[in-house]
Amino acid sequence: MSTTETTASGIGPVEGAGASVYTVDNPAPLIEPPRKRTKKSPKSTRGNFEMAAWLFMRLSGVVLVVLVIGHLLIQLVLDGGVSKIGFAFVAGRWASPFWQVWDLLMLWLAMLHGANGLRTVINDYAERPNTRLWLKGLLYTATVFTILLGTLVIFTFDPNIR
Amino acid sequence: MPAGTLYRGREGMWSWVAHRVTGVLIFFFLFVHVLDTALVRVSPEAYDTVVATYKTPIVALLEYGLVAAILFHALNGLRVIAVDFWVKGARYQKQMLWTVVGLWVVLMLGAIYPVLGHAARELFGS
Repeated sequence: MSTTETTASGIGPVEGAGASVYTVDNPAPLIEPPRKRTKKSPKSTRGNFEMAAWLFMRLSGVVLVVLVIGHLLIQLVLDGGVSKIGFAFVAGRWASPFWQVWDLLMLWLAMLHGANGLRTVINDYAERPNTRLWLKGLLYTATVFTILLGTLVIFTFDPNIR
Repeated sequence: MPAGTLYRGREGMWSWVAHRVTGVLIFFFLFVHVLDTALVRVSPEAYDTVVATYKTPIVALLEYGLVAAILFHALNGLRVIAVDFWVKGARYQKQMLWTVVGLWVVLMLGAIYPVLGHAARELFGS
């Protein structure tokens, strides 16, 4: 059975029951699309934030794959693995602006990527508005604190602290 | 609890669950990791003392778990990007998941010696 089958009047066989009640002199009423925006409807209060967040997850994700896997190789695999890590090792790496930028970029992208991921998780599972508010408040506070702390540490690192 | 949320999916659902769980775990570790690194601003001794715990056999096992979580999240994330942006991505999502799992197994086997070697030497002697 075809669902595209129509009579000459444009009304399907079910609703028109074979013969249309509408003619040229008695036209069918014009039904406006229910959500059509007109000059009277209020301005949209929503921007494209969710779309931007969706795109950010994919773009930052690709960059993070390179940054984080490189980081794991250096810290845990090459040159004796975790055993070599200490203050002297950190000082040696942060003597180079290349690794400072690497770590700074990794910090910002990973924190924002993770925070947005957890925001999604909270939105999915916390149903009461108050719970969502508090969980997200805690999440954003911890995220801002950690990003600022990490940034400060990278920029003010002093190899001759002692 | 919301009712009727048991979605009987297959590869698509379980990779989504694993992506979510590994993502949350990695994010929580990231907080700790930024805090421990911040100790380089306190004193070399404070940093070296805390980093010493990262070198114990038990934490080495946790590090292996962290590597497992990160590698899965990274590889499956690339699969998600392929599903979203590649025309045939959705059609091949299952094949891509099994590719991810295969690569993950190979990389995890390769990570055994570098990540856990020092712990084995400490436990069983070199």
